[in-house]
Parts: sequence; structure tokens; C-alpha cells
Amino acid sequence: MSAPASRPREVGHEAAPTVADGRYDVAVIGAGHNGLACAATLARSGRRVVVLEAAAQVGGAAVTGEIIPGFRVSRCAHLVDALAPALVRELELERHGLRFAVRGLDTLALAPGAPPLRIAAEAQRAGPALHAQCPADARALPQLLARLERFAGIIATLFDETPPRIGGDNADRLRLARLGWRLRRLGRAELRELLRIVGTNVADLLEEHLESDLLRGALAFDAVLGARLGPRSPNSLFTWLYRLAGRRRAGVGPSVIEGGMGALSEALARAAQARGVEIRTGAAVSAITVSDDRASGVRLASGEHIAARQVVSNADIKRTMHGLLGSAHIDTALVRRIGSVPTRGQTAKLNLALDALPTFAGVDPADMGGRLVIAPGIDYLESAFDHAKYGEYSQAPAMEITIPSLHDATLAPPGRHVLSALVQYAPADLGGGWDAARDAFEARIMATLAACAPDIEAKTLATELLTPLDIEREFLISGGHWHHAELGLERFLMLRPIAGMAQYATPVPGLFLCGADCHPGGGIMGVAGINAARRVLAERLP
Amino acid sequence: MKSYDVIVIGAGHNGLVAACYLARAGLRVLVLERNDHAGGAAVSRELHPGFTYSNCSYVCSLFRPEIFRTLELPRHGLQIIPFEGSITLTRDGDYIASYSDHDANRREWARFSRRDAEAYDEFRAEMVRQCRFIKPLLMRPPPDPTSFKPRDLRGLWEIGRALWDLGEAQLYDTLRLYTMSCAELLDQYFESDVIKGHKAGSSIIGTALGPYSPGSAYVMLHHYMGEVDGTFSAWGFARGGMGAVSRALVDALAANGGEIRLQADVRDVVVEGEAAVGVALADGEEIRARRVVSNLDVKRTFLGLVDPKLLPAEFVRRVRHFKIRGSSGKLNIALEGLPDFPAIPADCPALTGDMHVTDSMERLERAYDDWKRGRWSQDPYVDMLIPSLIDPTLAPPGKHMMTVFVQYVPPRLASGEWDAASRDAFGQTVIDAIARHSPNFEELIAHVEVRTPRELEAEVGLTEGNIFQGELTLDQLLFNRPVPGYAQYRSPIPGLYMCGSSTHPGGGVMGAPGANAAREVLRDLRRLGRAP
Repeated sequence: MSAPASRPREVGHEAAPTVADGRYDVAVIGAGHNGLACAATLARSGRRVVVLEAAAQVGGAAVTGEIIPGFRVSRCAHLVDALAPALVRELELERHGLRFAVRGLDTLALAPGAPPLRIAAEAQRAGPALHAQCPADARALPQLLARLERFAGIIATLFDETPPRIGGDNADRLRLARLGWRLRRLGRAELRELLRIVGTNVADLLEEHLESDLLRGALAFDAVLGARLGPRSPNSLFTWLYRLAGRRRAGVGPSVIEGGMGALSEALARAAQARGVEIRTGAAVSAITVSDDRASGVRLASGEHIAARQVVSNADIKRTMHGLLGSAHIDTALVRRIGSVPTRGQTAKLNLALDALPTFAGVDPADMGGRLVIAPGIDYLESAFDHAKYGEYSQAPAMEITIPSLHDATLAPPGRHVLSALVQYAPADLGGGWDAARDAFEARIMATLAACAPDIEAKTLATELLTPLDIEREFLISGGHWHHAELGLERFLMLRPIAGMAQYATPVPGLFLCGADCHPGGGIMGVAGINAARRVLAERLP
Repeated sequence: MKSYDVIVIGAGHNGLVAACYLARAGLRVLVLERNDHAGGAAVSRELHPGFTYSNCSYVCSLFRPEIFRTLELPRHGLQIIPFEGSITLTRDGDYIASYSDHDANRREWARFSRRDAEAYDEFRAEMVRQCRFIKPLLMRPPPDPTSFKPRDLRGLWEIGRALWDLGEAQLYDTLRLYTMSCAELLDQYFESDVIKGHKAGSSIIGTALGPYSPGSAYVMLHHYMGEVDGTFSAWGFARGGMGAVSRALVDALAANGGEIRLQADVRDVVVEGEAAVGVALADGEEIRARRVVSNLDVKRTFLGLVDPKLLPAEFVRRVRHFKIRGSSGKLNIALEGLPDFPAIPADCPALTGDMHVTDSMERLERAYDDWKRGRWSQDPYVDMLIPSLIDPTLAPPGKHMMTVFVQYVPPRLASGEWDAASRDAFGQTVIDAIARHSPNFEELIAHVEVRTPRELEAEVGLTEGNIFQGELTLDQLLFNRPVPGYAQYRSPIPGLYMCGSSTHPGGGVMGAPGANAAREVLRDLRRLGRAP
């Protein structure tokens, strides 16, 4: 390792008066929701924390933006279904302005030319909601969900823990033993079923249990959303279990935040500031500085150096270790392993400003506020994925659509609306590049929407498409990947983001990770930030 | 009426191995085979005068050396001839070869990427480490992780110890290897598309997965864990074709006092008082035995030979949903002479090894997409060899026999069932793919046997023509194979056992399922002390 600007090492310096020597205890790079959650948790324990955010506002990809004047929408993530209840409680987010516009949205599975199916947010309502249209599935689905939720419950218990190291200390062994015990407590038949299905693909399981392909497609969409997986890819059942685990932990289905996702970030920021965290926006970090073999602070694009005893990065692992730290500080094998972390995003975002509410064929106006999913069938979804494998966008993409202005009048002028859609697949590694393909892809999305809502184009005032490239450029996320790194059995728990860096600490002393590519991963959960804070606090300040 | 200790249904290599082990322990053993020849998918047949085809399986590596030695197969006439290297022909008229000679391999790979040539040592070391971990698991029943029986706990403890001994870093790699895709594994080591395409072939052979599908890395490992004469992951030919393996096993069975009856088509397993007591043949004959072992795949055994009412409903449901997905085809070709491959230097020693025409993972993946849509790959992956180059018994002097394994071929076409016309069209697709790299190939062809999954199913009895008797995916490996709770070769019916590739450790001409099943039968008969 090189040691630029070597300074005498300070030994035996305990917490407390840091303002005097101009050093912060902790510098957090990035004010995404995990970075803010981490900063607030650290400050609660008395650390003096500064958060440095490149953008003009906090939130990272959890922001609200304007499509055209008067029409506001969550720019990227638009639903929360895994927000840690502990985060809301402990940081008193509601006191700091967090309001839900609506909680626990039902899903409507749409198909052109067919009546939509309702998938209730809670397993116990799932049967009755389906009863009229597919009686066999109305019986089978609640049973299937009940079983999966039991399995998801075990995964959920792992969320709040630092992943155990195999071959670590007694605390690690205890955590592993606890996991083993929870698994055993499932009982023999259930444990066998879990061990059988955990690595399997979601399509096989759905085809085994359910008859309606429309229903299967919409459920499989939950498994592959945000992932570089198709419903027939092994491991895709696990990603569904993971989503169910997040939902189970949050205790409520997909919910919409009043004021859009940016309101959550602002509440987090206010909670952090109330605990003494200093937040600097428009402060792009250009490098992590290292001195005496440990992280000593960050350098901003402006040239300013901010000294800190510990540095926590909310940026993804590639950006942090390769971009900001520099490969010179880590050994070659690790450089290669970080380089091979899969970060090719697959999801784009389309925001529409609408002159009036569009008509989705067959959808009751009262249901328009639900979560509308266009993934009519397993083969539809798999074909959409096939394109992504070769760096092409889906000709018939799958989508998750919300019209948040139905729940939150502040988002659009009276009588008008905003529509927000996650669109898959849009591979980051698009052949020929996104700049050339954006318009053609937007046309594909609009045509897919129009097949279900024929009047949508006539009612559209303005569109805003964020491709993975836009997400990478605007939010500084490698590959524009919503979870920073692919999630799957092969990149979970002690393997996330890579083995050896799964406990939030990096090989460089004093440098930590807290982003979505750390356990437990993506979605607007905030848990990685809290867990990382715990890990940072476990280390004595130098 | 003569009665036996054990009846083995099906004279595939695993059935024969099981029978040999049981006969060696002093039991009266009878093997019943539907066809007029033993061997199942390990057969040699002369379908064109003077040419011997290995009709199905065609190369040997996975066969466990313990079995080879215990049954003294060389004494019974089996000789494995290792072959050298492997070649992939590229679209731009070049080729890449692998050689067992380290320096030769490095020079060859450096033509495509110096970095990859360096990385190969690391990759191979990783594969050696992974194989070292898995090999001790092959010749034992997988322990049941849900059981508290001392034997299972001991087995789990031993696996845990073996994992622990790998060390922390290696252990994480092992966990990942079982769940990741071949593409992700190769991307970690290599940069050249040609090299990755060259290596990725073994991740899809016999498998309804593409190289981009998670789980395909394990399939690749499965093809690495063999050996020939102690040489790690070497592959070889059985002299005289793969039928030589079966002939040696039949010979060993006779030497140990076992019997085999051909053209004996088992219709039912006879169950009395909830236990299997024998079998009934198609002609009505009933043969009794204390134990019945089925070499058939799990679907044929339990959905075909046993009244489902005698089985737990959950078991039947699991068997129905066991994934046996036909994805392979085969061409056996008699050639009037050695075809020219202009890209390959005439003195290239790898010419005796396996040759391929797919030079990128993307082409492999696209070949898989065709399968998903119910058609054979238009740009298929072929694994072609000319064993007559080193085994002169297979073809008349100056002539050659070529064996071509093809991936992917669906068990049924989107347009309907296979028929003679579609089979021939499929054969032509494969011939065209090869002819693109060999101008005189097509004119040298004297005879072709084309086998789609339909032929493999009808002739050999493999459901859907799946060469492994079941997909090698995580949900069907170890204690999950073939059905969770029934992975130790026993079935819900006392006295009825499974010994085919549907059981742990799975397919390939390995013999381990047969040997493991025999050990469990002997254990139940309290004859284990006499087991070899």
C-alpha cells in the first residue's frame, strides 16, 4: 500500500472532542437511504458524522422529481414493501415527516384482451380475491404462499444480523448455530421442501402448483424484478423468497409514500440532522484518502479534504473500491473479484405526466390505484428475458405500474395524474449503447402499455425514461443496478457482495461499506445502513 | 421355481455394477434386461458392416476407479485408452486446442489471450480443489440433513469437517460454485470469448440449462471429477466402444455367479404385505426375490412398475415433478476416410480428442433458447470425436467412425412429436454444422445413425432421453436426489431399491449409484461385512 501525505499516527485517542482537530469521526459517502440510516444510527451513539452527497438533494435513487412543472413522481424506486419497521420507529421518521399515502396495495395482473386477476397483498385474502376467476388457484395459492412465507420468515430473521463468517469467532458460530436451529424447527417435511426448492427456478414451482398462466406470470415477476434472471433461471425462486421476507418483516405489502420517495429520504435526513449529523449536498467525493494504511478521510471534487477517523461508503463496491479508493490499495486477486461482481442493471423507469386518468381495459376504476403488473405468463416473461441475455431490450417488456397521484393529490394538478412504471428488461450492457436506443425502447414500452390502456398515448403530456445508463450517470450506481449487485443464493449473506467483505468492513482499516450490495441487500429497506453502523461502532476509534 | 436373493431390473451399467457387488457378497442375483443386449446406454453395436458405434454414451472418465479395481474389470477385458486434448473450431477459420501438456496449452491459449493462458493454472487449481472435496462424497449415500439418526449425523459431521478443512476462503468459493452460472465462473478467470466458449461446453452437456443459467457451474464440475489411470479429469475411450464396459461387467457378474436374462421385460414389481417380493414379466412369468433393485429411472420405476396406490401421495407427486428433461441427441457416423479440417494442423495431437464448433458462450446460450422454444438448436453444440484414430477395432482400415453428441434437442417439438422427417432434418442440421469446418466431410459419410430423445427413450428406456436420468440441478442433487427423504437408495416400499443415475451422485458412466445401492441392500440384509 502507498501512504500519501503521511501523518503521525495518533494512538489511544478515544471518541469525543473531534471538532477541535477538524476531524470527523465518520465520513459517509452518499446520502442514499442506507447512507442516511447509517449516519443517523452512528450519530445516535455519539459519533460526529458528516454525510457527503454529490447531488443537490439527498436520497440517491429514492427521490421525487418533476416530469414537467406541476407533475411530481418518485424518479426511481416508487413503492416500499420492505422498509424496516425498526428504522421508522427508532429514527422517529413519522415525527420527521414520513406519511404513507396508502399501504398494502393489491396487485392486478393485466393481460391484453383478458380480464385482470387480483392478487391480494395478504396471503389470507389471496384465495377469496381469485375465487371467481380461477377456483383451483384460489385454493392452491394461499397454501403455496403460506409455505413460502414460513421459509421467508427464516430468511427475514437473518436481515438484522451481520452475516456470520464461517471460521470466525464464537459469535459467528452462535449465529450459524441459531440459523441451523431455526431451520430444524421448521420440521422435517418443511425443511426438506425448503432445501429442495431453494435453488430451483420460480417457473417450475408455479407450474407445479397453479393453473392460471396470468397469475403465474405476475407472481414470477416479483421474483425477477431487478434481477438478471428469467423465471426459468435456477435461483429465481430464492429471489422471490427474499422479496417475501422483506414484506413479511415490514408487515405490510407495497405502499406509496406521500410526496413520493423523496419524502422518505427527507425524513431520514431530518432524523439524522436532529441527531447532529452534518449533511453536505453538492459535495461529490472524488477519492478516499489513505494514510498509514488506513482510511483517513475523503477528498472532494473541489479539492477539499475532509479528514475522518472512519469512512463509510454508501456507493457500490466497484465505485468505492475501484473508483474512489483505487486498486493500488488492494491486492490483485481482490481487484479481480470485485471487478467480476455482476452489476449490470436490467430495469428501466418510465414516468408519465397524464392529462387525465387512462382507461385500463377491464380494470374497475376503484382498482386503478393498485399495483398493476404486466407480465401475462411465464413464457412472456422468459421471452422478455431472452433479449437481455444478449444485450437487447425486451420487445415486449414486463412492467410494474402505479398511479400514485390517485393516492396523493400533491403530485399532479387537479384531475391530472402521474404514472410510474418499472420496466424490465433493459440491460445496462445494451448493444450499441442506450443513447441511440432510448426512443425506440420508449416506443416499445408505450406500445406495451397501450395494449392494456388504449388511450394512454392520447393522454400523455410528457414522458421521462430512465435507462440503466441514466441511473448510472445520475445516481452514480455502477451498471445502474437497483440492488447495486445481483442478488441470489450465490451472492447472499456471507457471500454478499463478495466473500471476505460481507461484514461491512473492507480490507482497508477504517473503510466500510453500507450500500445495497451489502447484506441484506436492495429494495428500500435501510437495514444494510443500520447493520453497517453497528459494525462501525464495534470498532474503537483510532 | 427358482428363487433369488436379489433381482436387478435393467442391465445398464449401474444395474450391472450393483449386481456384481451383490453377487460378490455371495447373494443369488438375477439381472433382467428388456433388450436383446445388456448395457443400457453403454453399448457398442454394428449398424453398418465393419463399423462399431458407441450408440449412446461414447467416452469414459467418470467411472469410479474403486469399482474398476474391486470388480477387476481389466481382467474381464476392459481397457480405457486416454485421449489427448480438445479442440474448438472458430467461425473465422481458426481453432483453439487444449493440451494436457502444460506448456503446450499455455502457448496455444496465449494466441487468444496471454492473460487467460496465465489464469488457466488458477482455474484448474480451483477445479482440482473442488473435485478433491466432492470425490469422497461420490461413493457413499448422501446423509439426510433432516434426520437425527447416528449414521446421518455422522455423515453430516464428516461433510462439515471436509468443508471446514477447505479453509474459509475456499469454502465460500465452494458454496458459490454450487449455485452460480458457468458464465459467471468463467468470467472470473477468463476474458477471451473463444476460450470461454471452448471451456463452457461441459456445463451444458446433457442439461436443460444454458451456460448463463445459475447452476450450470456445477454441471461443469460434474464433468471434471473423473479420471483415467489416476490422471485428474482425463477422458478416454473404452477399447471396442462403450459396450466394452458392459461386456466386462457382464463377464464379472458371471465370474461371481450372478445370472442375467435378456429379453425379459419387467412389467410390475410384485408387492405383498406392503413389501416387494419379486417381479412379473410381460409374458406373465413371476420371479421371486428377497429384494428388488431398479436400474430404471425414478419415473419409470414408480410411475410404471409400481401401483401408485401403494406409495405415499407426496412421494408420487415428487416423482411426477422430478425433472427429467431430454435435451440431447446423437449422431453416429461411418466415414469412408478421415475428414479434412483445414483449420487444424495435420499433426495436432488434439485431433484424437473432442472437437467442437461453438466458439462463444453466447452461441451456446442461443442454442439453449431454441430448446426452450421446442426446436432443436439451429446452431447446435456438438461434441464430436473420431475414436477410430486410436482404436482400430472400430472401423475397417483407412475408414473411420465418428461419434457426435448434440445439445440441445427437445424431447418433443413445438410442432408435434418427432417423426422420421424431423429426425432426418435434425441430422442434416448437425452435418451442416460440421461440414462448415470440413469441406469433404459430407461426401465421406457412408452411414449415419441419428438419435433424438425419442430414440433414446424408446430403445434405452431413458425417460425423455435424458442421459443423466434427471437434471443435475441443486434441487436434484445429494440428499434431494431423486426425492428428498429417499436419497439413500431405498424407496417407500420395503425391499424395493433404486440404483440408476436418478440417484446420488447422478449420471455419466460412473457406476457409483450402482455400487452405493448394493451397499445399502447388503446393509439391510446384514451382509455388509461381506461386501467388497
